[in-house]
Amino acid sequence: MSWLEKLGLKKKEKLEQGVEKSREGLLNKLGRAFAGKTEVDAATLDELEDILISSDVGVKTTVEIIDRIEARVARDKFVTQQELQGMLREEIVALLREHESGRPAAFDAAFDHKPHVILVVGVNGVGKTTSIGKLAHMYKQAGKRVILGAADTFRAAAVDQLTIWSERADVEIIQQGQNADPAAVAYDTVSAAVARGADVALIDTAGRLHNKKSLMEELAKIKRVMGKVVEGAPHEILLVLDASTGQNAMQQARAFREVVDVTGLVLSKLDGTARGGIVIGVSNELDVPVKYIGVGEGIGDIQLFDRESFVNALFGEGGTIQ
Amino acid sequence: MFEDLSSKIEKAVQSLKGQSRITDVNIAETIREIRRALLDADVNLAVARQFTKDIQERVLGADVLKSVQPGQLFTKIVYDELVHVLGEEKVDLNVSPKPPTIILIAGLQGSGKTTFAGKLARYLKKENNRNPILAAADVYRPAAINQLKTLAEEISVPVYSIDQKDPVRVAKEAVAMAKALALDTVIIDTAGRMHVDEAMMDEVAQIKQAIDPDEILFVVDAMTGQDAVNTAKAFNDAIDFDGVVLTKLDGDTRGGAALSIRTVVEKPIKFMSTGEKLDALSPFYPDRLAKRILGMGDVVSFVERAQQEFDEEQAEKLQRKIRSDKFDLTDFLEQLQKIKKMGNVADLVGMIPGAQKALQGQEISDDAFKPVEAIIQSMTPEERADPNLLNGSRRKRIAKGSGTSVKQVNDLMKQFSQMKKMMKTMSKLGGMGRASQALKSLPFGR
Repeated sequence: MSWLEKLGLKKKEKLEQGVEKSREGLLNKLGRAFAGKTEVDAATLDELEDILISSDVGVKTTVEIIDRIEARVARDKFVTQQELQGMLREEIVALLREHESGRPAAFDAAFDHKPHVILVVGVNGVGKTTSIGKLAHMYKQAGKRVILGAADTFRAAAVDQLTIWSERADVEIIQQGQNADPAAVAYDTVSAAVARGADVALIDTAGRLHNKKSLMEELAKIKRVMGKVVEGAPHEILLVLDASTGQNAMQQARAFREVVDVTGLVLSKLDGTARGGIVIGVSNELDVPVKYIGVGEGIGDIQLFDRESFVNALFGEGGTIQ
Repeated sequence: MFEDLSSKIEKAVQSLKGQSRITDVNIAETIREIRRALLDADVNLAVARQFTKDIQERVLGADVLKSVQPGQLFTKIVYDELVHVLGEEKVDLNVSPKPPTIILIAGLQGSGKTTFAGKLARYLKKENNRNPILAAADVYRPAAINQLKTLAEEISVPVYSIDQKDPVRVAKEAVAMAKALALDTVIIDTAGRMHVDEAMMDEVAQIKQAIDPDEILFVVDAMTGQDAVNTAKAFNDAIDFDGVVLTKLDGDTRGGAALSIRTVVEKPIKFMSTGEKLDALSPFYPDRLAKRILGMGDVVSFVERAQQEFDEEQAEKLQRKIRSDKFDLTDFLEQLQKIKKMGNVADLVGMIPGAQKALQGQEISDDAFKPVEAIIQSMTPEERADPNLLNGSRRKRIAKGSGTSVKQVNDLMKQFSQMKKMMKTMSKLGGMGRASQALKSLPFGR
């Protein structure tokens, strides 16, 4: 069996494990909501609303979804629970944005640019450094030459942490130690990526709360200097969101987008009980796709995000749920 | 920004005008608004439901509509109930009568345990005169030990660590080390763990068993959503913690997770962490969080930050100057620089209730002060002391020197004279140095 197949197998198991808990919860609740009913009534929709809220989907997005389903139910008059589930899936999938062709998520896909420069941003503690370690590993496994940039020069020992990941993934790293100018590190990383013929450059940044203006401006500067080395760089700006984060994730996403024009989302820590429902609203409002999900602490515990599987995993595979 | 809950309640209560009493029916919309606001603040659905049910019972009993401002009274009932649930009194750390006091820190990945461990060590050392040692029992995350060591170095606190991946041993030996060195406090930083990871949850329970801590703190990110309830329950089941620490409150999250945790596990919240610097830690104040959840700003934190920069004596001196009309541009420049030292201006504005709304999305940046500073710095000492000296040619020179325009100089001088007038009036009304006075006049000041 090739490593890709192995990866594929592992992927499925992990996804199952990762969302098992959340699926159980939703399944039970949905099961209870629909028990003994053959058609959709107001109480069912109320119950549905509760389920979405409990998954951190948020009041606004939940109301949007329910309103649309209500309208469809009113139009079609008689709707069975299976049909309702189908509708729910359709509505949620529709809110999640599709990937763009210029920024492929697949690790073995060809890039338009060489080096393809990826800047990783987010608030403190969401798992930026860990996600980069995993991404580096996946790209390397897919035969790409990878270089990392340790531009989180603020948090104590963040550079050490990324260095350890670079060793685990067996990729190169550019670092200037703690307290170095992050923009200078980013600049050097992109320059080195060009000089060494790297396919992918992944740049780590310090976690910053999105309401800290000076730190956000620093991020804009980091982005700017990269463009001076390679035109159009960074080609991808990934915002990492912690699946356990609640409604604040929306504000995070808005603020980061305003400053650096986020092009994709990484939903980390999906291996707990948190459902990460906030990405539905974020992806819709910001019009950016979710690209990866983090499902564990191991180096291979990152997966391509797939809308259908995400929704299926949330609501359970197959048609009925009773 | 959100519309704050108090104005939502105000609006909802408007519709009750003319009704003789509150009934289940006419209050439903208001209660719904409150429930939605709580959900927007990340309060758990079940908790929000119970909470609004309690509120409903309370307002049905109270003569809300007969009061002069039913909206305000209603808001106050919600606020009081929030403070009540969050815990009226602040609860201190448990201290062992026989040293060392052992403090164990646990939580999910990325919640901020290591940073909190450093902050707590600093806090206990500075505020409580204790001599802590930190134990690096996070043996899994790459460089976690280095992170703790770097933080500890900053505050000159020793760290105990070993090369083996054996957190139980680290904890045990750190306690022994504390005894040997006659240090009175051991703070044990553990690895972040998912509450569904049985092996890791067993491990933290083993650490607890091995060292029998006096205080177990569960660290939780204030931005956590609905899942806060699950994680808090799981950690409580595994290690029966004594207190909760809320981190990252310097963001703009409402922090409703705290209400959920408090309701579900009934353990006090002991600390709140409000910044990346090691001194950004304070005991937990339920009233402040209640205001945050309601979107009412955090005046107390603002005043505290201000008090750090402005001491009593200086404030007295300043007041005398204002009263005798001697407040000049040099004083003004000094005050500006102090305000800047208090932190990011935009953050400060966020702490003042209503300020965000008043600004209507206008950006306030630290740079806003730059031209003002440049203008004053381009003046001679005589000009700063007596702005009346500033004739046309002087103004032209100043504009040139500061890289601004004559109009900007004129505007500043106009603003300055208006400000002086206002300050004089205020100082007559009673000391601007005594911020606590001003606080008491606010609707929910302590």
